[in-house]
Amino acid sequence: MPSPRYWREIPSRYRLEAAACRGCKRVIYPKRQVCPQCGGVEFEATRLAHRGRVVTSTVVHVAPTDLQMEAPYAMAVVETEEGVRLMVQVADCDPSEVLPGMEVTLEFRLIRKEDHGGILCYGHKAVPVE
Amino acid sequence: MAGIVGYGAFIPRNRVTAEEIAKQWGKDPAAIRRGLLLEEKSVPGLDEDTITISVAAGRAALERAGVDPQRVGALYIGSESHPYAVKPSGTVVAEALGIGPEVHIADFEFACKAGTEAMFVAFGLVESGRVEYAMGIGADTSQGAPNDALEYSASAGGAAFLFGRQHVLADVVETYSYTSDTPDFWRREGEFYPRHGGRFTGEPAYFRHVTAATRAILDKTGLEPAAFRYAVFHMPNGKFPLAVGKQLGFTREQLEVGWIVPTMGNTYSGSSPTGLAAILDEAEADDLILITSFGSGAGSDSFVLRATDLLADRRTRAPTVRSMLEGRRRYLTYGEYAKYREKIILNA
Ligand SMILES: [Zn+2]
Repeated sequence: MPSPRYWREIPSRYRLEAAACRGCKRVIYPKRQVCPQCGGVEFEATRLAHRGRVVTSTVVHVAPTDLQMEAPYAMAVVETEEGVRLMVQVADCDPSEVLPGMEVTLEFRLIRKEDHGGILCYGHKAVPVE
Repeated sequence: MAGIVGYGAFIPRNRVTAEEIAKQWGKDPAAIRRGLLLEEKSVPGLDEDTITISVAAGRAALERAGVDPQRVGALYIGSESHPYAVKPSGTVVAEALGIGPEVHIADFEFACKAGTEAMFVAFGLVESGRVEYAMGIGADTSQGAPNDALEYSASAGGAAFLFGRQHVLADVVETYSYTSDTPDFWRREGEFYPRHGGRFTGEPAYFRHVTAATRAILDKTGLEPAAFRYAVFHMPNGKFPLAVGKQLGFTREQLEVGWIVPTMGNTYSGSSPTGLAAILDEAEADDLILITSFGSGAGSDSFVLRATDLLADRRTRAPTVRSMLEGRRRYLTYGEYAKYREKIILNA
């Protein structure tokens, strides 16, 4: 994730900005030029609710170098209330407890630190609902 | 009258107990608990810092206020653990909250007082009419050196306060600040852990500034301690705020609700602001509230607030401080705690 790309993705990463298709009402995240469902090209800006459910998950035991201290951790496909699916890390829990159907909230977290004193990259992670 | 139109807090879910830390260093856990009145403290995850805590608290404040973030004209974050040495925390937080780009932003530092400092300036700008809404945040992920008394208290968390002039949840009745050059606690550039003057941190530092600021604001408002329903003083440990409260003529009952340090620890810039958030979680219309912070170096900010009848309804829009202190938690071993606080160095 080099810095310019990270910077371009700030609206979707920080604020979960998505696009609602004017034609079929489907919410698309991240935004696209053409609706994958109806081919529509007109959208309204919207923000995802910070709630969803785990669709499927896995536990990462062998992590990439910059996430080694976090392993083992769960990665999950989470479906938000708008029907959008996103892949996120699940934080603040025992990774083995992350199962399909689990209710989660999306919290703003540090995703990674760029190497060699590079920038800090923020975004959202899922956290099990109390 | 200008005042708080929204507030929110966030406390990370990891905990380490005073007993677990005491065992590591061969200390008597009962003596620590009795001496400092500390049971456990919050610990930030590897993915939590002043920025993420500020975003969580700020979101809650905006939800309680029901204000369009685009109308927030100033955002100030007070912390002694800003993640970057150069690059503001506030820019990330504003983007995440949907505030700006038409906004004035600054990061504040004043040891544990930086949070109330941010609140003081945010309030002043709103009161003067310079901006419509302004947010002041106090948040920290503080570090105490291993086997130092601070290790039992230094914790993570914070609170955000949105100030405005309409639909106020708590009016700001008065403010007062008291500051002097006192070298009780410091960290020089490049040093990893802060240092402190041992016993010097008590009388000439904490007690002198907190009592001077509190007595002056009582004088300024003509209020007696008995007029207040709640009071909160900076909480470097469990003992100091109770002692200073007693010295000033406040009862244990007035202090109880905001005295969250035994299970939260000292969240530095977030300490008394989070105590204030815990009070706003319970206060009733017309209750008078006193908050006095303390920051080493040294200074205190005092605020007198009066709750309005809007508060009871608005506070239900976001989680309470108690729900975060008593909700789902993860207890860490000392080893896990050392790893989370990056006290374990790996080969690059
Ligand atoms: Zn469509």
